[in-house]
Amino acid sequence: MLTILFDGIAYGMLLFVLACGLAVTLGLMNFVNLAHGAFAMAGGYITAVLMNRMGVPFLATLPLAFIGPAILGLVLERTLYKRLYTRSHLDQVLFSIGLVFMAVAAIDYSFGSQQQLIQLPSWLQGRVDILGVQVGLYRSFIIVICGALVVALQLILTKTRFGSRLRAAVDDPRVARGLGINVSLIFATTFAFGSGLAGLGGALGAEILGLDPTFPLKFMIYFLIVVTVGGTTSITGPFLASLLLGIADVAGKYYVPSVGAFVIYTLMIVVLVLRPQGLFERAR
Amino acid sequence: MSTNIADHVRSSLVRRGRWGIGEILFWLIAAATLYFLPERHLILNEIAIIGLFALSLDLILGYAGIVSLGHAAFFGLGAYTAGILARDGLADPLLGLGAAAIAAAILGFVTSFLVLRGSDLTKLMVTLGVALVLGEIANQASWLTGGADGLQGITMGPILGLFEFDIFGTTAYAYSLTVTFLLFIVARRIVVSPYGLSLRSIRDNPLKARAVGIPVNRRLVAVYTLAAAYAGVAGALLAQTTQFVSLDVLAFHRSADVMLVLVIGGVGYLYGGLIGAIVFKVLQDVISAWTPQYWQFWIGLILVIIVLAGRERLTERVRTLWKGVAGRTAKSPETLPKTSTREV
Amino acid sequence: MTIALETKGLVKRFGGLVATDNVSFKLEHGARHALIGPNGAGKTTFINLLTGVIKPTAGQIFLEGQEITGLRPELRVQRGLARTFQINQLFPAMTPLETIGLAVSERLGGGRDWWRVTGSKREIIDEIVEIAQRFRLTDVLDERTSNLAYGKQRLLEIAVAFACRPRVLLLDEPAAGVPEAERHELLATVAALPRDVSVLLIEHDMDLVFSFADRISVLVNGALFTEGTVEEVSTDPRVRAVYLGESVDE
Repeated sequence: MLTILFDGIAYGMLLFVLACGLAVTLGLMNFVNLAHGAFAMAGGYITAVLMNRMGVPFLATLPLAFIGPAILGLVLERTLYKRLYTRSHLDQVLFSIGLVFMAVAAIDYSFGSQQQLIQLPSWLQGRVDILGVQVGLYRSFIIVICGALVVALQLILTKTRFGSRLRAAVDDPRVARGLGINVSLIFATTFAFGSGLAGLGGALGAEILGLDPTFPLKFMIYFLIVVTVGGTTSITGPFLASLLLGIADVAGKYYVPSVGAFVIYTLMIVVLVLRPQGLFERAR
Repeated sequence: MSTNIADHVRSSLVRRGRWGIGEILFWLIAAATLYFLPERHLILNEIAIIGLFALSLDLILGYAGIVSLGHAAFFGLGAYTAGILARDGLADPLLGLGAAAIAAAILGFVTSFLVLRGSDLTKLMVTLGVALVLGEIANQASWLTGGADGLQGITMGPILGLFEFDIFGTTAYAYSLTVTFLLFIVARRIVVSPYGLSLRSIRDNPLKARAVGIPVNRRLVAVYTLAAAYAGVAGALLAQTTQFVSLDVLAFHRSADVMLVLVIGGVGYLYGGLIGAIVFKVLQDVISAWTPQYWQFWIGLILVIIVLAGRERLTERVRTLWKGVAGRTAKSPETLPKTSTREV
Repeated sequence: MTIALETKGLVKRFGGLVATDNVSFKLEHGARHALIGPNGAGKTTFINLLTGVIKPTAGQIFLEGQEITGLRPELRVQRGLARTFQINQLFPAMTPLETIGLAVSERLGGGRDWWRVTGSKREIIDEIVEIAQRFRLTDVLDERTSNLAYGKQRLLEIAVAFACRPRVLLLDEPAAGVPEAERHELLATVAALPRDVSVLLIEHDMDLVFSFADRISVLVNGALFTEGTVEEVSTDPRVRAVYLGESVDE
């Protein structure tokens, strides 16, 4: 029981790291970026390729799994995404679906359609018994890393000058511009950072979520659930939503495997119908 | 003076309802392919079905402004309804079509209340969610749907008791084309009716539409239900003419594809779905012949380019072009005699 | 004269802010009534309450003696209460012809009609023509609304509201943004509407309404400050003071 809870928390934290970048694009730029998962996939493949083909140790690949997608995100934001901020949601959806299709096919072409397996270092394998609860080492590792990231994000948002500017820009881009804040620079930075986090999440999650070319499509709905259910004005909302989703998904698959993802989707619809602004947000 | 204006007003309004030469040509050519392209009937059949599916999406996206990422829900439900009926011995195609339309319409009606709340993003998520839930149900209820193996053992009876389906797809194509044509006529009538006008006004400015006294929600529920029924019929056509249904009919890529089809052809003038279906299928044919596995990449690229190049502008251009060719009616409105009002 | 529109003790609070403060107001049949007040006096809130865009905290609203307090906006329109918006609310992608045609056919119950071609009914055509002429829109009927000059858009806005054949027409600053030269012409068009339509005009510019209204109410801080004929209000020193106080602030 507690093991499932533990696995669920690890899964949820992973989802948060994967999806929080999307929360920012959505909340800050009001941009529906269905291609977010593609950046996560990029991170995953960077780790997998570096490890399997070049023998780079797992931990050493993680910074690259962050930097690679971040640069990719920065380039795409500056060249393509920024043209679409003022467009209709339909255009944004079409554009990002197009990107997903391209990413899926391109990865398939370069690395084949099979699952990418990564070999975790031995000190991260296996389980230990803590107070009678079976705890996976790798999942503990994920919880520690992701937990640290959450705290760091929260600190950046609340304590730094960048954070306060970002929040101002989320609140009202026009007013923020009026205050002399370079909103477009903030857009680019956060987009790159969010993409980087997604990449890191993809790398960390390769072992748990699986990694193949359809990754962006398979997990798109999960990321979207996190941000729509959690809301986009703070990071606490998406964080709680991630945990809920993670625990519910793991528990659901364990106890009632025949029902599958059905419950998750139904719950999402119910939440969205009752609280269109998100579960943790005051109705506006 | 005032009668002149009245004539002008009338002809301006009625002109939209009149068939242009280009439109008539379009359908004549479609009918001619029944005789002139016999070896292509299988793919033409698919085009007709996708065209109808995209047409149904155009009704809600182009005329009511609802962005849906889960339109396959209705398509799939229609396909399974028709497929299951035929498997269980009710082999009459028209019966299956009707049942599929009703089933999809009911689902559309019920879910419309969920979809019509909230922002664009909520709509996206709810439509997507509905399709996913349906996909899960179809996957789990394998006793009914065949699950991942697909629904097998569909045998169709002859249409109207007269026309047997043949292996070249000729009957199938004629059947799908006829159904698509008939439903197109209905849709065409609807969009030029006062009801259709009110839908366009809602898409343009819902707040103002309310201020004019239009019951916005009721109108949207109606069109969503209608579009669902259309999509259900399209799905049923696919099930009946291919005699197979798989989980694929409910998949996300189907919802995405149909959106792409509509966007290629242009949103908001009904022919967009049909033209898009032709372009899409031909492209798919050409690209898959060249690089079978990775054609998705090129489709994605096309989407990105269309959006970056300014979708609305492109659509506007296609539409004007279309109006130029197809919208030309026999008589120009100025020379219209006062008596020929063409009441309908 | 009978009463076309009446409010009794209307209150609207937003949190701690009282936007409408116990307003009891009567609009007489056939009146050309103006509601003026400085910026932030709660004029638009009041009109939003009347049309049902927002719900009052307390109080009642009556249209021709029947209570409409809880009615949805579109039902109020169908009962004969139409409005225009302070900022143009039009259908940018439709032509004026379609816009007016829409309003007319909706009123005649045509919006549920999905089989007939719009414009196949004689009565609808006649009415479109009548309205287009009244509001001097005949020369732009087939243009895209978004391409119209601003003054024409304002006229169309009023024309659409009028096409709903209202008993009561609420105009929220119809002349806002219209070039000075066209303002009086626009208001003259409104004043010349049939007398069975009662008009409540909301306006910031006091001098503009003197030529138009036969009765004026002044709203200050959400409450009715004073009411009277043009003569009375225009010479009331307190009203001048309210406006002067505001213009000092600006």
